[in-house]
Amino acid sequence: MAVCIAVIAKENYPLYIRSVSPQNELKFHYTVHTSLDVVEEKISAVGKSLGDQREFYLGLLYPTEDYKVYGYVTNSKVKFVIVVDSANTSLRDNEIRSMFRKLHNSFTDVMCNPFHTPGSPIQSKAFDEIVSGMMSQSA
Amino acid sequence: MAGLQWELPTELCCRPMAFVALTGLDVVYNAVHRAIWDVFSANRRADRVPISFKILPGDHEYPKCRTKRTSYEWYIPKGILKTSWMNKHLNEVPALVVVFYELDWDDSQWKEKQSECATKVEIVRSSLQSRNTKVAVVLIQKKTPLPPGEDLVASERAAAICHACDLSGKSLFVLPHTDHLVGYIIRLENAFYEHAQTYYYNEIRRVKSHKEFLNKTTHQLLFVRHQFKIAFFSELKQDTQNALKHYRSAYSLVHELRAHESNMLEIKTLAGFLNYKVCRLCFQHNTPLDAIAQFRKHIDLCKKKIGSAELAFEHAAWMAKQFQCFGELFDDAIKMGLPPIQTQNPGFYYQQAAYYSQERKRLALQLSQVGPMHSSSDPLSGGLDYYGQRPWRQGHQSIDPPDLDKEKKGIVALQLQERDIPHSELIITLLSNAVAQFKKYKCPRMKSNLMVQMGEEYYHAQDYAKALKLLDYVMCDYRTERWCGIQTAILSTALHCAYLMASVKDYIVFSMELLGRASTLKKEQKLRIEHNFIQVLKNKTPDAEPQCDHVSAQAAQSLWNECMASAGSNEFIIDVQDYIPFIQCKAKFRSPSFHVDEVVRLQVFVRADCPHPVSFTKLAVTLNNPEYNQRCVLESSSQECKSLVPGKTKCYNFSFVAKTKDVGKKVEMTGMEVMLGSATGRSVILRWRGAGGDAATSHDFLPPSNKSFWPDQEEDLDWDCISILQSTMILSRVPKIHVDLSHQPPALTNEMYCISCTVQSLEEGVAKDVKLTAGLKPGQDANLTQTTRVTLDNSKACDDSTPSLLPDVLLGDLKAGKKLDRCVYVSSLTTGPRLLLFHIAYSIDVIVDGQQIECKCQKDVSIAIETFVPFEVSANFLSTKFEPLEQVTTDLPFLMLTEIRSSSPWPLLLASASLQNIGVTNARHHKFQLQDVVLRKDECASECFCLRSPPPADNNNTMATGQYVISWRRHSSSPASPLISTTVTLPHVFLEPLPFYIHADIPPFGRVRESLPVCFHIENRTAVVQDVQIAIEPSESFMFSGLKQVHLRILPGSKQQMLYNYYPLLAGYQMLPQLRISVARCTTNACNLRRFLPHRIFVKPRSKEVDNDSIAAA
Repeated sequence: MAVCIAVIAKENYPLYIRSVSPQNELKFHYTVHTSLDVVEEKISAVGKSLGDQREFYLGLLYPTEDYKVYGYVTNSKVKFVIVVDSANTSLRDNEIRSMFRKLHNSFTDVMCNPFHTPGSPIQSKAFDEIVSGMMSQSA
Repeated sequence: MAGLQWELPTELCCRPMAFVALTGLDVVYNAVHRAIWDVFSANRRADRVPISFKILPGDHEYPKCRTKRTSYEWYIPKGILKTSWMNKHLNEVPALVVVFYELDWDDSQWKEKQSECATKVEIVRSSLQSRNTKVAVVLIQKKTPLPPGEDLVASERAAAICHACDLSGKSLFVLPHTDHLVGYIIRLENAFYEHAQTYYYNEIRRVKSHKEFLNKTTHQLLFVRHQFKIAFFSELKQDTQNALKHYRSAYSLVHELRAHESNMLEIKTLAGFLNYKVCRLCFQHNTPLDAIAQFRKHIDLCKKKIGSAELAFEHAAWMAKQFQCFGELFDDAIKMGLPPIQTQNPGFYYQQAAYYSQERKRLALQLSQVGPMHSSSDPLSGGLDYYGQRPWRQGHQSIDPPDLDKEKKGIVALQLQERDIPHSELIITLLSNAVAQFKKYKCPRMKSNLMVQMGEEYYHAQDYAKALKLLDYVMCDYRTERWCGIQTAILSTALHCAYLMASVKDYIVFSMELLGRASTLKKEQKLRIEHNFIQVLKNKTPDAEPQCDHVSAQAAQSLWNECMASAGSNEFIIDVQDYIPFIQCKAKFRSPSFHVDEVVRLQVFVRADCPHPVSFTKLAVTLNNPEYNQRCVLESSSQECKSLVPGKTKCYNFSFVAKTKDVGKKVEMTGMEVMLGSATGRSVILRWRGAGGDAATSHDFLPPSNKSFWPDQEEDLDWDCISILQSTMILSRVPKIHVDLSHQPPALTNEMYCISCTVQSLEEGVAKDVKLTAGLKPGQDANLTQTTRVTLDNSKACDDSTPSLLPDVLLGDLKAGKKLDRCVYVSSLTTGPRLLLFHIAYSIDVIVDGQQIECKCQKDVSIAIETFVPFEVSANFLSTKFEPLEQVTTDLPFLMLTEIRSSSPWPLLLASASLQNIGVTNARHHKFQLQDVVLRKDECASECFCLRSPPPADNNNTMATGQYVISWRRHSSSPASPLISTTVTLPHVFLEPLPFYIHADIPPFGRVRESLPVCFHIENRTAVVQDVQIAIEPSESFMFSGLKQVHLRILPGSKQQMLYNYYPLLAGYQMLPQLRISVARCTTNACNLRRFLPHRIFVKPRSKEVDNDSIAAA
């Protein structure tokens, strides 16, 4: 389903990036990194309007020829980015939303781990499994 | 043709405008014609009708119209659109030909000229044979025409000329060559425009009429062609809505064509054209979303239509062009006022174009094995009749190529051509276009990404300097955002560049960063890089980077050799704060402050992240005072202390004695240097600013106790726990003295308040130059400075020149364990609290770390004192009868009673009190009663003075009574201490002028039945004669003799006496007979006069002897 899933810290450095193809890793790094432009723009636009009733899901950030990039931002400004193959038209917005929600829940669990240092890269088996689950569905 | 092969034809990209040919104008030799042409051609702004004018000679040959086909039945089209067609209708076949002819209505040779004009029209007509082009005639006239209908000759001749030229009346125009040329010409233009519209309308109808002859099997190409033509004519007619409609239908028809390898190019070319037109018109109609949707559809439809595999690069090139053209259209639309958004801007299309160009380049590189051409004839030569066809098989529409050999040759020729195309150049242009767009639309990361691609492209194009410049520029963005994976990839490319350029410094910097903790490289790669790095330090050539091709690696090798041979500087200074090198350095002072008699200690921590141990040759810390620097250098020869084991932190200690002149200043680390390599080979000096930390540690959002976020996992936690302390304060030595202040609070206003200051030395040595600064602590209310006086001398009183702070009173040297005493007197002029400061400073020699230094020590003691008023003084005025007075009558004596009430907690000694500067005359020079009186708290001292007010001076109603000066001191103070004189200003008195004065001379007492002589003195104090009536009232207690009622006249300033003899009848206090005085002029004062007279008198009873006497007398 997803071809790349990334978690970005508040300060915009990567906490977690995984993609289906390790040889294309760098390309996905660039894709995720450039999508932050749109994320930041959207966050600042949200800040201007209603403050509290904020939607975490940012929707489609931008389409490229090959991929669709979706964004999600938590209250603590941690961003989730999911890259989906453009050819995959079966995915609905709702499914993407539920993926993000699952990801967020799992991320919250990671943060609740007392042995995890906030701000350091995520190293968690449970989180890995969730991510793998989302990526393998495409197969 | 190489790069231009995929350009859209200009006639497609321009805005089609009706084409009108002007003939019969001689713009070279005829000034009138020139002027007319200038008005037609110049200033064609948007408000003028869209016509493109062209001057053609009268006998110009227009393109011939082919014979009209009567039946399409056997006709098989050779292609979709002829290459010449658009140009023909834009620039060759006019919608209207205008014949200009100079002819006035009243021309003398009318007949001849008329026929000449008709001939000219005929010539034009014949060259336009079978075209539907209209012809119009414009008569250039010198005279202003009369209003229509008035000039009979004109209308008659106009009809004649229309007939002669076979023109309709609407096609004949008159252009008077007068002042209003521009206005006439604009009207002419509008008329031409109408004609042109009709022409294009007819053309459209003509094309439409073909449709019924077509059938779907053989004439599919014609469907497209006709739709295109209709749309194009609509555009010429400026009917963009219809044009868009027909372009759209042409577009969908193109995709209905049977596509196969041989006509794929033609289909795509036409689809590209049509898509371009549709998008362009959509933008023009301000429906950008339609344009974008069309373009997406176009791309989706065409993406997979690659065509022949051998010419796959063509498809990539075509795709790139599609994106580029759309990007340009989008950009143009934005320039016309379309509001773009971040996620939908031309940048994305340029980026995609660049992507396809890269793809094209990749495909082209695969062709490199194609051998050179041996054929003599170039299969690519010759122009094209139809867009998108192959030059070697034009007009051929069958599925299989007609000549396989030719086909092969053609493909090879195309491939060869492709090899010579400067792909990198194209890609870089597209990328830089995209960068410019993303910069505009706030996408900094996208911009960085594209710049990396640009850099890589420059690298592929072997322009290493430019590549490095770009990569260097974006690297710091990725570094600060901490995307290590990307950063490492960029660094690797940059390292390649640096190697191939043999740029030693860059090579060193990139190697160091690739070895550092922010690099995600594998260990073996790091080992290789470290090996190369050490080679470079030894002034040797590093090994070639992998993935470098052999040729460039050799070129690089020779560059490196040259570099070694040249006697350039082999010392490289690298400022680390911009990088994340593999050596980390942190420093801290052991304490945030040091006393000057302590040794300043600092620690430097060094750590290496590279896979192999490294050793450095020098470690130095620079401080803001360069005198200390030599104490903070490590240059020892012992090898082991300078070798760094990866992952282990080493600590180096430095210490120095601070200079006394740095007391009160900050000693700060300004930088640190670690030198790698040796002077014999190359040496690299890593320079940290401040107390260490590089581009990665300077992130202030990183909590200091946090584990490292960098992927290197072998870190020990210690390193991150080391906090930097960049500066330390040098404090003065702690004084070892005891300062004791004794005084008796509170202070009293004006008094010389004595504070005794005792300094006791606890030092072991001699405290030299002990200085005392005493007085008001600075920084308080400015008024306090004015009202506080400090002196050491109590023998004389303070005055205005006495300062509020006594600075640097020299007390001399103080030996160990000895004491110094000094009294300080403070005089406060106002009440309230004050902070007083006692500051003792001295210097002493101490020995620190074997060095003797002279330390200055100081101690501050401050005390707060409160000042109170010592006593309160009040004064009351009384009449001589001890009645309180509100006003004092002029020239009469009165009493003043003063009262001093002590409010001091300490007993006061009033030495004396006196009146000064009294405005009223002292009635009698009497002695002051208060002398050496001691007052305790709340006790009072009173004094009474008899005074007389002076004669009335001016119109002054009030009068100062003067000052009351009291000399006093604390009772407890020594008799030698000076007296303080406090001056109290007494209240003013109100003066009352008196026109009349009366007083009575009367004995102090009377005796029953003894005569009591009374004399009244009446005084006129006014400047006029006064009439006075005096009457005496009878009294029960007295008999009296004298004038009972009298009328007097008293001259100014003179007195009158009235004598009475009273004879008391009763004993005791008796009311005296009342004198009634009435003054004619001023009645008001009459009753007041009575207060000067006694009311009562004591009458004694008769004494015996007296009685006897009286008997005897009787």
